[in-house]
Amino acid sequence: MSVACRTALLCSVSLAVSMLISPVSAEQTNVVTISIGYLTQAGDRHVPLSILEPHPEDAGIQGARLAIKDNQTTGQFTGQRFLLDEAVVPADGDVAAAFREMVNDGTRLIIVDLPAEQLLAVADLPEATESLLFNIGARDDRLRNNQCRENVLHTSPSRAMLADALAQYLAWKRWREIFLVVGKNPADRAYAQAVKRAVKHFGLEIVSEKEWTFEATSRRSDSGHVTAQQEVPSFTQGADFDVLIVADEGDEFGEYLSYRTHLPRPVAGTHGLTPTAWHRVNEAWGSTQVQRRFHKLSGRWMNAEDYAAWVAVRSIGEAATRTASGDVAQVAAFIGSADFRLAAFKGVPVSFRAWNGQLRQPVLIVAPRILVSVSPQRGFLHQFSTLDTLGYDSPESTCRLGH
Amino acid sequence: MKIGGVFTVVVVLAFATAPPSLAATAYVSNEKDNTISVVDVAARKVTRTVKVGQRPRGIMLSKDSRQLYICTSDDDHIEVFDLETLEMTHTLPSGPDPELMALGATGRLLYVANEDDNLVTVVDTVDRRVVEEIPVGVEPEGMGVSPDGKWLVNTSETTNMAHFVNLATNKVEANVLVDGRPRAAQFTPDGKQVWVSSEIGGTISVIDAQNHEVLQKVTFEIPGLRREAIQPVGLRITADGKRVFVALGPAARIAIIDAESYEVEKYLLVGQRVWNLALTPDERYAVTTNGVSNDVSIIDIDRLKVIKSLKVGRMPWGVAIGP
Repeated sequence: MSVACRTALLCSVSLAVSMLISPVSAEQTNVVTISIGYLTQAGDRHVPLSILEPHPEDAGIQGARLAIKDNQTTGQFTGQRFLLDEAVVPADGDVAAAFREMVNDGTRLIIVDLPAEQLLAVADLPEATESLLFNIGARDDRLRNNQCRENVLHTSPSRAMLADALAQYLAWKRWREIFLVVGKNPADRAYAQAVKRAVKHFGLEIVSEKEWTFEATSRRSDSGHVTAQQEVPSFTQGADFDVLIVADEGDEFGEYLSYRTHLPRPVAGTHGLTPTAWHRVNEAWGSTQVQRRFHKLSGRWMNAEDYAAWVAVRSIGEAATRTASGDVAQVAAFIGSADFRLAAFKGVPVSFRAWNGQLRQPVLIVAPRILVSVSPQRGFLHQFSTLDTLGYDSPESTCRLGH
Repeated sequence: MKIGGVFTVVVVLAFATAPPSLAATAYVSNEKDNTISVVDVAARKVTRTVKVGQRPRGIMLSKDSRQLYICTSDDDHIEVFDLETLEMTHTLPSGPDPELMALGATGRLLYVANEDDNLVTVVDTVDRRVVEEIPVGVEPEGMGVSPDGKWLVNTSETTNMAHFVNLATNKVEANVLVDGRPRAAQFTPDGKQVWVSSEIGGTISVIDAQNHEVLQKVTFEIPGLRREAIQPVGLRITADGKRVFVALGPAARIAIIDAESYEVEKYLLVGQRVWNLALTPDERYAVTTNGVSNDVSIIDIDRLKVIKSLKVGRMPWGVAIGP
C-alpha cells in the first residue's frame, strides 16, 4: 500500500488539479508533500427511521477529499502537494495496527472518525505521541474535559455545544419549559445530560422527563403510523410545556414525535428543530460554493461529519500554507496560535480553544428543509469570544492543555 | 412639503460648502429581490426599481457610462442594460455563477470571477463571446485591473491569495498570500500598489505591484466591537490615491483610511452588514449597500458624515455610480 494514495479516485483528483495549473515560480521546483491520514472503521450502521435520509457510507471521508482538493489548488501556487492516505479498517480489523502503519509510512497528521473509546486507545499509542489527531466523529463531552488529550483536536462540536446552541435559541424565543424525552442508548443519555446542563445555563426548566421505552419498530411495517398515532399522545400527556426536546441519537423513534404530541407543541433536539455543525440548508456566507463543490465531488449533500473532516483538512492546509511547512510540530503550533483564523462558511473565523483543543464555531439551528437560526444568539455575551458561550468554556472545562 | 424642505437644505449646503455637485446616479443590485434600485444621489431619492435576472450581485458601468453590466449569478450570465432606457439590450456569457468583474483598459474585454469553477472568464463585450478561461484559486472573487491595463489581480476566497494575471498572456505570474477570505482588489491610480480586503482575516493587505510583497497590513479597531465582527469587504480608492474607503460588513461601519500613513482617519456608522460602496464621479458622495438593513447610506465626503439612509430592495449587494 503506497503512502501516496490508497484509493484510485484520490490519485486521479490530485493529478487533474496539478495538470490544470502549472507551477509558476522557480522556488516551486522543490515541491513539499504533505500527507494527511484518514482513519475509520467499518461497522453496522443503524438504519434511520426515515427512508429519505440514509446514512451515507462515505460520510466524513468525502469532506476530507474535498478539502484535499481545495488545499491542492492552493498548493499549486505554494509548492506544496497534499495527499490523503485513507484507511477504512474492517469491522473485525485492528485499528491500532492500521494507525501504526500510517505513522510508519510517515503520516502524522491524521483525521480520525472513531467512537470515543477507540479514539482514546489510538491517541494513547506510543506511536501517536509525535502525531496530531483530529476527531471528527466523537461528540462526547468527556473528550473535551477529563479525557482530553494533548495530541487530539476536535472539529466535531461536542454535545454540550449543540445543546447550548439550541438552548440559546429557545431562551431567545422565551420557550422556557422543556419536556425531555430520552432514548435507551448510552448516547441518548449523554445527549440528555448535555441538554440538562444547557437548560441550567440559559435559564430554561425541565418540567418533565421520560424515557422512551417502546421497542424500536421496523419502519417498513405496514400501518406503523397507526401505532405511533396511538402511542405518542398518551406518552406525552401530563404537565404543560413549551417544547419537547428529544434525545435519540440512534434515530430510532424521534421522528415519530412531531405532530403527534398530546398538546400542540414543537419538537427539537435530535429531531425536529436540530442543532448541527452543518446542513444542506446553509447557503449563507458563501456556503453555496462549498455545497456545490461537495455535491459535484460526491453526488450527495454535505453533512456534519463531512464538514468536520473538511475543516480538519483545511486547518492543516491553512497551517501548512502559512508556515510554509508540513512539519507536525509547526502545523500544531500554528493551529494553536492566536494567528490561526480559518474561513469556514459560517460568517466568522473558526479557531481552536487553547484549553481543550475544541474548534470554536457557530452552530446551525435547522429544520429539515430550512435554516431557522444560527447560534450564538444575540445578547449572549462573553469576555473574549461569543463563540465560547457554546460548550465548555475555559473556567468550566476540566481539561488543561497547552494547545 | 417634506420633499421641498429637504431640497432647500441641500441647496443651502451645496452653496455653503462647495460648488454645486454634478448629477450622480447610483445603481444598486438587490440580491434577494432580483431588482436594481436607481438612486438620484443629489436628490437622495430612489427614482426607479428595475426587474433583472436572478440574484444580481456584481454591478459595473461600461467605460463610456452608457451601459450597465450586472452579474445575475443564478442565471449564469451577465445582463447588459442601456442606461438611457433602463432596458436590457442583451446578455453576455460569463461562465457559471458570475460574481464580480473588471473591465480591461479599452473597455472591450470583461474579466469575470466564476466562484464555482476556480476560473476567471475573459468575455469580449463586442463579439459577446468567451475568449478565454484562466484557472486561479478556489472561489475567485475580487477583480482589479491595473491603470495601464497590463495586469489583473484576482482574489480567491478559499485559497487566500491575490493572483497577478499578465493580461498579455492571460497567465498567472505571481501569487500573494493574504489573510483569510480575500474579497475586493483595487490598484492605486499610480499602479504601484494593490489593496486587498480580507473578510475573515479582518485586514487589508497593501501589496507592492512590482515585487508582489505585502508592504503593509491595515488593521481595524472599533471600541465595543469584537475583532471577528470587523470584516472588510468592498473598497474604493479615491482618484488622487490619497484615501481608501472600506466597507466593514457586520461592523455596520465604513472606514476611511489615509493611504499614505495607512491609518484609519474615521469610522462612520452606516447600515447593517455593509457589503460594498462606491464614490460619485466628483467624489463628493459615497454610497454604501447595507445588506441586512435593506438600505443604502449616502455619505458627504467633505464633512465625513452620513447624510441619508434610503430604503432600497431586499439585501442590497453591489453599487455602481454614473453621471
